[in-house]
Amino acid sequence: MINVEFLLLLAFPLAGALLLGAFGARRWAPELNVAVSLATFLAACALTVRVVGEGNLLVAREQFFIDPFNVFLVALTAFVGLTTSLFSRPYMRVELEHGRVSAPRLRLYHSMFQLFMTTMLIALTTNNMGLLWVAMEAATLSTVLLVTLYRTAASLEAGWKYFILCGVGIAQALFGTILLYFAAEKILGAQGVSALLWTHLNGVKGQLEPAVLSLAWVFLLVGYGTKVGLAPLHNWLPDAHAEGPTPISAVLSGLLLNVAIYAIVRCKVLVEGSLHSHLPSRMLMGFGLLSVVLAAFFLWRQRDVKRLFAYSSIEHMGIITFAFGMGGPIANFAALLHMTVHSLTKSAIFFAVGHAAQKAGSQLIENIRGLITLSPTIGWGLMLGSLAILGMPPFGVFASEFLILTTAMREQPWATPILLTALGVAFAAIFGRVQPMVFGETTARRLPHPPSLVPVFAHLLIVLALGLYIPPYLADWYRAAARLIGGG
Amino acid sequence: MAGMPFDLQLLNFCAALLLLISFAMLAQRRIVNLVNLLAVQGGVLLAATILLAWRTGQHHLYVSAALTLALKVVLLPWILHRLIRRLEVYWDTEPLLNVSGTMLVGVLVVVFAFGLAQPISALASTATRNSIGIAVAVILLSFVTMITRRKAMSQVVGFLSMENGLFFGAMSATYGMPMIVEFGVALDVLVAVLVLGIFFFQIREQFDSLDLHHLESLKESDPLELARAHEEE
Repeated sequence: MINVEFLLLLAFPLAGALLLGAFGARRWAPELNVAVSLATFLAACALTVRVVGEGNLLVAREQFFIDPFNVFLVALTAFVGLTTSLFSRPYMRVELEHGRVSAPRLRLYHSMFQLFMTTMLIALTTNNMGLLWVAMEAATLSTVLLVTLYRTAASLEAGWKYFILCGVGIAQALFGTILLYFAAEKILGAQGVSALLWTHLNGVKGQLEPAVLSLAWVFLLVGYGTKVGLAPLHNWLPDAHAEGPTPISAVLSGLLLNVAIYAIVRCKVLVEGSLHSHLPSRMLMGFGLLSVVLAAFFLWRQRDVKRLFAYSSIEHMGIITFAFGMGGPIANFAALLHMTVHSLTKSAIFFAVGHAAQKAGSQLIENIRGLITLSPTIGWGLMLGSLAILGMPPFGVFASEFLILTTAMREQPWATPILLTALGVAFAAIFGRVQPMVFGETTARRLPHPPSLVPVFAHLLIVLALGLYIPPYLADWYRAAARLIGGG
Repeated sequence: MAGMPFDLQLLNFCAALLLLISFAMLAQRRIVNLVNLLAVQGGVLLAATILLAWRTGQHHLYVSAALTLALKVVLLPWILHRLIRRLEVYWDTEPLLNVSGTMLVGVLVVVFAFGLAQPISALASTATRNSIGIAVAVILLSFVTMITRRKAMSQVVGFLSMENGLFFGAMSATYGMPMIVEFGVALDVLVAVLVLGIFFFQIREQFDSLDLHHLESLKESDPLELARAHEEE
């Protein structure tokens, strides 16, 4: 059975990628990009309504599967995709005028952006663990050439690092997937129509051979963990974020990392069901804490504003991973909430940072000064975004971090002081750097195209709203997803 | 090995060849030869797939054999050879570790691989379960190749050889993955090589070389370097 909303969800960005591949250099290409993203977002909304109303969906011979866990990520991905395309419209025009990109490269940019959205949506909705791998790899491949879009020495290096580290990482995940299939095939029968389908695996997870699954888990965690940017596999992440165009930094940080975490959590559900031990949760908690601590201290050494916020992404991915490691309804709920608010806040920050860097003509923190005098909106956007990401109340990040910390105090008391210290260190590092960027004497200049600041404030407003009040249907939705993930 | 059917002996012979080729790759410094070795590895993989398909009567293995022939024996080596000619990279520089040292590491890696594969082999019911250890060894040896090389091209050959190892592993443990996954993986590998081709030209345009030591300025330890890189833009 084919579901119309679902079909459109994948068809729109794919068609957009082809169209923009042909016409991406035209003057109206950015508008077309926005239109495609809008259509994708509407399809995602329709799909969400359908799933909320009718329950889980299995589409295309069970190859695709939509449940409360992934449908909220689909909606989030489509929404951030839409706002990013709105932001990229003036941003890329300015870059074109500054001579950093040429029209043919803009075509590559637009086409790959939509292709990237397609691969992420496939990764999120597929029921087949093998297809999940294929889509994750395709997501890397579609962004490699975007990271190197400016063709500077640094961006080529970043692209190469991104390709090789993620390529090797994801090869580990393929081996993990093969092992998973190996274990499943014994139970679900050979020549697996069903042996890689998550829904089927989830049904028989108690019978899967624990020895094989624990080995598979190590490979899957290392593989997809590389993509999440978990320490010590995070080396590619700051470079790729800093050297690519800012809209790409926003979607890498806000969306791709989420999708990679999603893959890990799907695997964790299976492995935990088979092992009946704390190994998967402990490993997640360990990697998570290590990332939080390492990122917090690396924040101090950053002089490039995009690298600064890239390290902040590593820190937040660590927090989310740690929360999923603790498991249980509250920690899972908090982790899902944190995924949402981090994704919204971080992409808003990158939008503001992108325009700020264009105005200052540099990404170096010391060269960006006094944003607020020339353009109060960018200045306030950056300031409020930073406060939100640092977990200040009343923003949503505060709510999710508070839930995670209180759960940690109750269940893993040893970890609380480590988390608190790291959060404090990160706060001092980021606030100390953002404050002079926003206030003080200005060096900024005017831009040829007025920046698009609706996305920044739209994101921050949602994050603020989520901090004050989570609507009951959204809370139910998170709870259903949290139950699905289980653990604890 | 008395009592073992002939076709199984041949399969084991193929597995042994794969391991041998991996060691040859570890030692080989001429990039053209490295690519040829990759093509031969693809050929052995093809032979193993056909033998296994014939032995087990699994028809889908013929499809994946065709895929291997088209992609790994013909297309990828052809693309790589073209790239080598157009970019004029023929020799890798001195590897980070000398040949005998690398070989020694390789032997240790193989021992480790067999240890790692032991529990899987014990549980497998396929005729080829003894080859799982070899598949893991090929994967890890390719990894060593990637680590010890400086030229981007050699690293890519290592990467593709790792993919071959994974494919062989899937075949030995479960007679291959479901078709749709195999197609997806093949597509990804092809796209990866095409993307890399574009990428190499970009690197060359920028540095006039494919040596990766140019790509070492983005280090945490040296923010000034980074600052300079940005100033130059």
